[in-house]
Amino acid sequence: MAKQTESNAATGVATTGHEWDGIRELDNPMPSWWLYTFYATIAFALVWVVFYPALPFVRGLLGNTARGDLAAVMTTEQAKAAPMLARLRDATPEAISAEPELRTFALAGGRIAFANSCAGCHGAGGQGASGGFPSLADDDWIHGGSLEDIRTTIRHGVRNGEAAEARGTSMPAFLQAGLTMPQIGDLAEHVLSLSGAGPINAAGAALFADNCAACHGERGEGNRQVGAPRLNDRIWLYGGDKASVMRSIAYSRAGVMPAWEGRLDAATINMLTVYVHALGGGER
Amino acid sequence: MPDIGPPPASLYAAHRKVYPRAVQGRVRRAKWAVLGILLGLYYLVPWLRWDREPGVPDQAVLVDMQHARLFFFWIELWPQEVYFLTGLLILGAIGLFAATSLFGRVWCGFACPQTVWTDLFLWVERRIEGDRNARMKRDAGPPSRDRSLRRLAKHGVWLGIAAVTGGAWVMYFQDAPTLVRDPLGASMETWFFFALFTATTYVLAGFAREQVCTYMCPWPRFQGAMLDQDSLVVTYRDWRGEPRGKPRDAGSGDCVDCSACVQVCPTGVDIREGQQLGCIGCGLCIDACDDVMRKLHRLEGLIGFETLANLAASTAAAAELVPGPARQAAGMAARRPLRLLRPRVVMYAGVLSAVVTVMLGALLLRETLSLTVLPERAPPFVRLSDGGIRNAYLLKLADKSREGGRYTLVLEEAPSLRLLVQDVATDAAGRPLLPVQGDGVASFRALVTAPQATERQPIRFRLLDAVGRPVAAAEGVFLGPQP
Repeated sequence: MAKQTESNAATGVATTGHEWDGIRELDNPMPSWWLYTFYATIAFALVWVVFYPALPFVRGLLGNTARGDLAAVMTTEQAKAAPMLARLRDATPEAISAEPELRTFALAGGRIAFANSCAGCHGAGGQGASGGFPSLADDDWIHGGSLEDIRTTIRHGVRNGEAAEARGTSMPAFLQAGLTMPQIGDLAEHVLSLSGAGPINAAGAALFADNCAACHGERGEGNRQVGAPRLNDRIWLYGGDKASVMRSIAYSRAGVMPAWEGRLDAATINMLTVYVHALGGGER
Repeated sequence: MPDIGPPPASLYAAHRKVYPRAVQGRVRRAKWAVLGILLGLYYLVPWLRWDREPGVPDQAVLVDMQHARLFFFWIELWPQEVYFLTGLLILGAIGLFAATSLFGRVWCGFACPQTVWTDLFLWVERRIEGDRNARMKRDAGPPSRDRSLRRLAKHGVWLGIAAVTGGAWVMYFQDAPTLVRDPLGASMETWFFFALFTATTYVLAGFAREQVCTYMCPWPRFQGAMLDQDSLVVTYRDWRGEPRGKPRDAGSGDCVDCSACVQVCPTGVDIREGQQLGCIGCGLCIDACDDVMRKLHRLEGLIGFETLANLAASTAAAAELVPGPARQAAGMAARRPLRLLRPRVVMYAGVLSAVVTVMLGALLLRETLSLTVLPERAPPFVRLSDGGIRNAYLLKLADKSREGGRYTLVLEEAPSLRLLVQDVATDAAGRPLLPVQGDGVASFRALVTAPQATERQPIRFRLLDAVGRPVAAAEGVFLGPQP
């Protein structure tokens, strides 16, 4: 490896003494253009350290920070959006939906707000999720699908115990309320038959009229006032097989949703309302 | 001491400055003509106007980066049609191949921007600093006020030409009159590209010159593949010129070794050494040599545009003869007319016409209305309360014309599927009417519903104009639950 310095016969340049398989490294000086570029970068770095934040806890002469840049950008952007947001705050969802400019803005803003606040449970496209998170893209609405209904649901939530106007009442757990498992089985068969998905069950029909029809309707048409879902359609929030329906009857189901009033501002709630309404299931 | 031989030769060759001498003649005149036409086009085309609608640029040739449009007289292209530009480049490349296989390095010698601007810069240099000998003498002599002033003037004019060149470049991307009227209003990008093209023109045409051709340009390195025995190349007819000698020497050929051909060469090569990389085929040595031959009352064409096949035939015919008119006549008689129809040329012509046909077809059949279907994938489908299945699609309707209009959207051959487009009016039959503004893209959300669970099936959206003619179509897929 390291040997004493010697010079190369052909060029007369000293070698570094390093040798690899008979190849020796010439000790040529660095190219001057390279050196000067290197010195220039050092000079540039010194200037940079003085003017920009390069050391911990030191701001630099220009006082510039990435956080400050972001804040400045956000301030200008918010100022730009402010007049539109004010209009969105003061208009009703119907008025927003009727005016193309407001509607376009609301759909774009609603998409962002939905991804921030709603997609966790309801899915990125409002498709819902199994286990009681309803799809917002279909045509089945537990608490109503008009713009006003949707806005009320977003504002106050569902069975959350925090807002007095929250949607929904609780369904009893019928196993505790006195029904036996065979009765619940009959009842489940009747419920399934309402949408043509099961055999007629006369005993179940009688039990239904006694225990369920008050909220869910005589033919299972549901009642939006109390948040009792339709039972005569093909959409099942908690599964449409007999076991799932029996489980719903025996132990009850009670999905909750937070109240967004207070968490989101009025303009955002209006934008969300218009966006959710436009997902595909909106009702007039 | 054993003899270890000389030290290895350096692989580095220092640049020797080339001082091309001025020359007159047919080739020179042709080169001036080409230079005039090409530079005239380059500098003046941005100023051509083309009447379009109000609010649309009226520059005939304009690459409008800001609005992402390319205007070329009556043609208006969108960024997604960049393949027309690709086709044009392919066309240029094949055209270059064809021209090269027929006539050698005509591109390098006559039309290449490097050649054209270098020629212009050399002309300026000669007007200010004099011809070859004066320049060499002044450069070799001591510094003087005269030399400094001349150099200052030369670089001043060069920079002026370079600035006009850089200025013309940015005018292809900006409105030319606006730019000239208000140069300070131009963007930083405009200034950057102006400076870039000014600097490259100044450096490449003023200083780098022939080194661009011999060191930087890749084209000379592989164009040998396009040349064959029947391509016209600048050739020294050595069978006639050799052996070189004084005009009065008995037994010497026509070349009097005056080195006129070397002095006029813009790349500083000696054509008499045969085909070489440094020769850009400009043919100025032909003019120089013809001039000398005329003065000596000898036949012109000692150097000429000649094929290597003819050169070999002439060499063979003249081999046994002594220098003189008889050898000249025999050599020239052995030449054959230029063979233009060669397999290589036919092939290039075939490919060329194929590309032209395809491009022309694409341009003539270019649709100004296009429909794109983007299926929504979250969720892939929605189950409805009556058991039906619904898919949502994002439709993008682009109108590349300036008219705009309203089009009826229908689903083809799918009577069981129901189509609804959000936020648009419908016609009497309940079919959605999609409005689009001219020179714009409109987005719509379409909902397609099947009455009951169906399997995956392809669907086809079709746009109809006011009288029901199909104007655009797009494919999509309707998804349903797995059976």
